Amino acid sequence: MPDLPRIVITGVGLTSPNGNSLSEFRSNLLAGVSGVRPWEIRHFGPTVAGQVDYAATQYQSRKALRRGTRAGSIAIWCANEAVASSGLDLDAVGRDRVGVYVGTTEHGNVETENMIHEVSQYDFDLSFWSHHHNPQTVANNPAGEVTLNMGITGPHYCVGGACAGGNLGIIQGAQMLQLGEVDVALAGGVSESIHTFGIFASFKAEGALGEHADPAQVSRPFDRARNGIVVSEGGCLYTLERLEDAQRRGATILAEVLGWHVNSDAADFVLPLPERQTQCMQRAVERAGLAPEEVHLVSTHATSTPQGDIQETQALREVFGSSRSTWINNTKSYIGHTMGAAGALELAGNLPSFTDGVVHPTINVTDLDPECELPGLVLNQPKEVGRIDTIMNLSFGMLGINSALVLRRPQA
Amino acid sequence: MSNEDIVLAIKDIIATIAPDEELDGLTLEVPLRDQIELDSMDFLDIVMELRKRYGVNVPEEDYKNLATLQGCVDYLGPHMADKELVVS
Repeated sequence: MPDLPRIVITGVGLTSPNGNSLSEFRSNLLAGVSGVRPWEIRHFGPTVAGQVDYAATQYQSRKALRRGTRAGSIAIWCANEAVASSGLDLDAVGRDRVGVYVGTTEHGNVETENMIHEVSQYDFDLSFWSHHHNPQTVANNPAGEVTLNMGITGPHYCVGGACAGGNLGIIQGAQMLQLGEVDVALAGGVSESIHTFGIFASFKAEGALGEHADPAQVSRPFDRARNGIVVSEGGCLYTLERLEDAQRRGATILAEVLGWHVNSDAADFVLPLPERQTQCMQRAVERAGLAPEEVHLVSTHATSTPQGDIQETQALREVFGSSRSTWINNTKSYIGHTMGAAGALELAGNLPSFTDGVVHPTINVTDLDPECELPGLVLNQPKEVGRIDTIMNLSFGMLGINSALVLRRPQA
Repeated sequence: MSNEDIVLAIKDIIATIAPDEELDGLTLEVPLRDQIELDSMDFLDIVMELRKRYGVNVPEEDYKNLATLQGCVDYLGPHMADKELVVS
């Protein structure tokens, strides 16, 4: 590998079903607070979902909210919060030197469903189809809305990576910084997916939509009674900078992006492939210059589907099965699957472990599935482990995309 | 619908599409875009709302007639004479 600049995280902006700041999110993860609640959507009916409730008008006019998309609004909230928490002055950086890289699972389904519903009220007369549909549904919409809102004139685009999108957004931002294309990257992922009935209907058709009498217990990765995912919305964007730039301005560094790997199963539209997941983790560990036992915490992707969790466990066992210094947890058990935001948001929930030395648990595991058993699983109660130096953040997605991102605690 | 009602109808549409704007002081003869923040997409919204609320179709070549409130009254008057005011 060429000698590339080191990349660090200096700010976080997020909205999660159980918190609108890193501190609130972390507190609720340590307290076992779920963000999954009852939800009802047109055509599909009652279900559950992780829903976010942030102060959108803090950064947007009511007109901008009406004109834009939910994903765009979530991205705007996260981007503004990420910059604020980094202490950066974008004017001093130069707004043409800032890039916005937003991972998404999908975009446009919500707006298209709404528009079809609208014209259905007029006997499908397409003269009632809105001129807003195009700018709302272009694939760069969430990232583009950030630039419009913040006056950023550097590059912006979305990285479509199914449920690996959040990790891919971070990786893209880090790469652009390493190449010198930008000096600051606002990078991560967002999702507005709970506002499309199609995603619920499609997961239901696949037999992959979770159910439980208690909404807070639907998402239960690794538990024997798990029966599918919880669809959630949310977002998380990071302020990324080159280490030397962050040090020069005396920034508080939250973590260093140490390495990553992305690969493809080339096997199935939907079903994961443990061999490729294993390879993805191994190569990310190698790229980070670590041995598996030097990865202290693995944030799993596990979505609470019967088969997917077993397959991810198989892959984890291959890489970390003999490590006695690797803790493993899961954040979807609290917030459901925030789709394009998942990789970025789940990482955020774990970042504070660099400073508090605590691993938040996978909750709702009342009966651990023997096929999901692994050394190092942290279940139901937070674990004070003393010191976490490294985190591996896993996100996988449909069409067989796998991503593993390795972070390191800030170096003294 | 009276001329006064047409002004109310347009103001109500603008209140929907530009909810941050203060509309009480709008004058009839000055272009709307000189009084409040409205762009071309907003004008398309006005046209769309006229279609939805009143069944009035404004062809593109006539958009210029909607530039002022007085223009709206003059242009829409014959089309909306038999319509009932709809306030959202």
